[in-house]
Amino acid sequence: MHAYTEKIREAAQRLLTEKKVDAVIGFRHGTVPMMSEPVCVRHADQVHQLVWNGFCGINLANYLAKRKDRVAVTAKGCDSRNIVIHLQENQIRRDQVYILGAPCHGMVDRRKVWEFLKGREPLQVMENGSSLKVSGKGFEEVLERQAFLQDNCRICTHRNPVIYDELLGDPVPEQTDVDRYEDVRRVEAMDSEGRWRYFNDLIASCIRCYACRNACPLCYCPTCFVDESRPQWVGKTLDPTDTRTFHLLRAFHVAGRCTDCGSCERACPMSIPVRQFTKKLEKDVKELYGYEAGVVVEGRPPLDTYRPDDPQDFIK
Amino acid sequence: MNAWEPKIIAFLCNWCSYGAADLAGVSRLQYPVNIRIIRVPCSGRINPKFILGALRHGADGVWVSGCHPGDCHYIEGNYYARRKFALLKSLLEHTGIEPGRLHFSWISSAEASKFAETAREVVEAVRAVGPARHFIKTKPTWDDIEAPVQAACQVEVG
Ligand code: SF4
Ligand code: SF4
Repeated sequence: MHAYTEKIREAAQRLLTEKKVDAVIGFRHGTVPMMSEPVCVRHADQVHQLVWNGFCGINLANYLAKRKDRVAVTAKGCDSRNIVIHLQENQIRRDQVYILGAPCHGMVDRRKVWEFLKGREPLQVMENGSSLKVSGKGFEEVLERQAFLQDNCRICTHRNPVIYDELLGDPVPEQTDVDRYEDVRRVEAMDSEGRWRYFNDLIASCIRCYACRNACPLCYCPTCFVDESRPQWVGKTLDPTDTRTFHLLRAFHVAGRCTDCGSCERACPMSIPVRQFTKKLEKDVKELYGYEAGVVVEGRPPLDTYRPDDPQDFIK
Repeated sequence: MNAWEPKIIAFLCNWCSYGAADLAGVSRLQYPVNIRIIRVPCSGRINPKFILGALRHGADGVWVSGCHPGDCHYIEGNYYARRKFALLKSLLEHTGIEPGRLHFSWISSAEASKFAETAREVVEAVRAVGPARHFIKTKPTWDDIEAPVQAACQVEVG
């Protein structure tokens, strides 16, 4: 994957010097291991900051909505799908974005590595093909990368960008034998009370910081429903009903749009698996309307269209 | 004192189901009194927030009724609504709201008897699941806040 770094720098250099774009959005090393952070490079002499590694899990499409300038952006499969959604929803024009497509092997979940280390602090994490070398004070571990992927990456079926201007490497084989909804079905099998409790426990530690919303490229409304005050549909307290209202509405607002990029979960400081809400909707949308978000630019998102013969067994 | 009666919020489209409710009344058709009607311009006007809002305020059930597909006053409002409702109902039930609390129907303004019949069905279904227990936002009342403060003051003053 590190091979992409050179390609990204080269492309950034070229695009900025030729004035094809005003900025390049990519990643640079974070201040601690396993935390690559987004960076917006505007000058050719700063392209050396750009890197690519297995910790670039943040969805960069988040920085594209409502932009006025022209930008280049590195895009994994999921990012590219969110760019498609931005195009469908007129958040940016195609000629404003230059997409550096990054075929992806899945991103590493830093929390899984931390958990494995049981309190030992990683000072350096190196990637080498399919392994991760984690070292710190008095220890060195070699981990199998695949076992430490983000949950959403494990079940990802769109690792290759669906839209791009140039590819940073050869397309990677798509995973075909994954069961995307195993967890959703497990919850579906519970009784009502069990499901209520399951989600109660799930969001019990939510501190309403809205990091999940802020990390999501789909959440670009000028005024989020959580900030509305007249009327106020959801209270700002940590009352469990308010918290659940927030989670239900957040999930509903991304229904038929969520690409399961995992940025929300990744951003949550309380490690709440918020994708449990969005995945149910994703599954329903697929089953009811046969739609997968952000795969093709043509057509409308499922809640922005209808078919006269849509299923309606639930209506009297 | 155990005569609990379900409280149901009904969002009725002005152009059909609301008219049907009116016609049911004019025609002296009997239907249970457990529904509180809120008139909306179209079933497409229903924002999921309204439904959550009703539940948060302690409604035992919510019933949304609009025009039959193809009959929407605004041509296609109910078609969009149908997709929203399907996903919302599924999401709410997936997260633990009992099936039987949320109801949807298409009732034209001429279908007074379908209105009365559906009202009975909805009320019975909600009665069967019982009083709402989940997803109710309870505000602390003034007494909750004031009483302890006063008690503390009393102690201090002696
Ligand atoms: S809801 Fe989460 S997984 Fe879905 S697009 Fe937004 S950040 Fe990505
Ligand atoms: S990021 Fe986590 S803690 Fe913050 S609002 Fe979202 S779910 Fe709650």
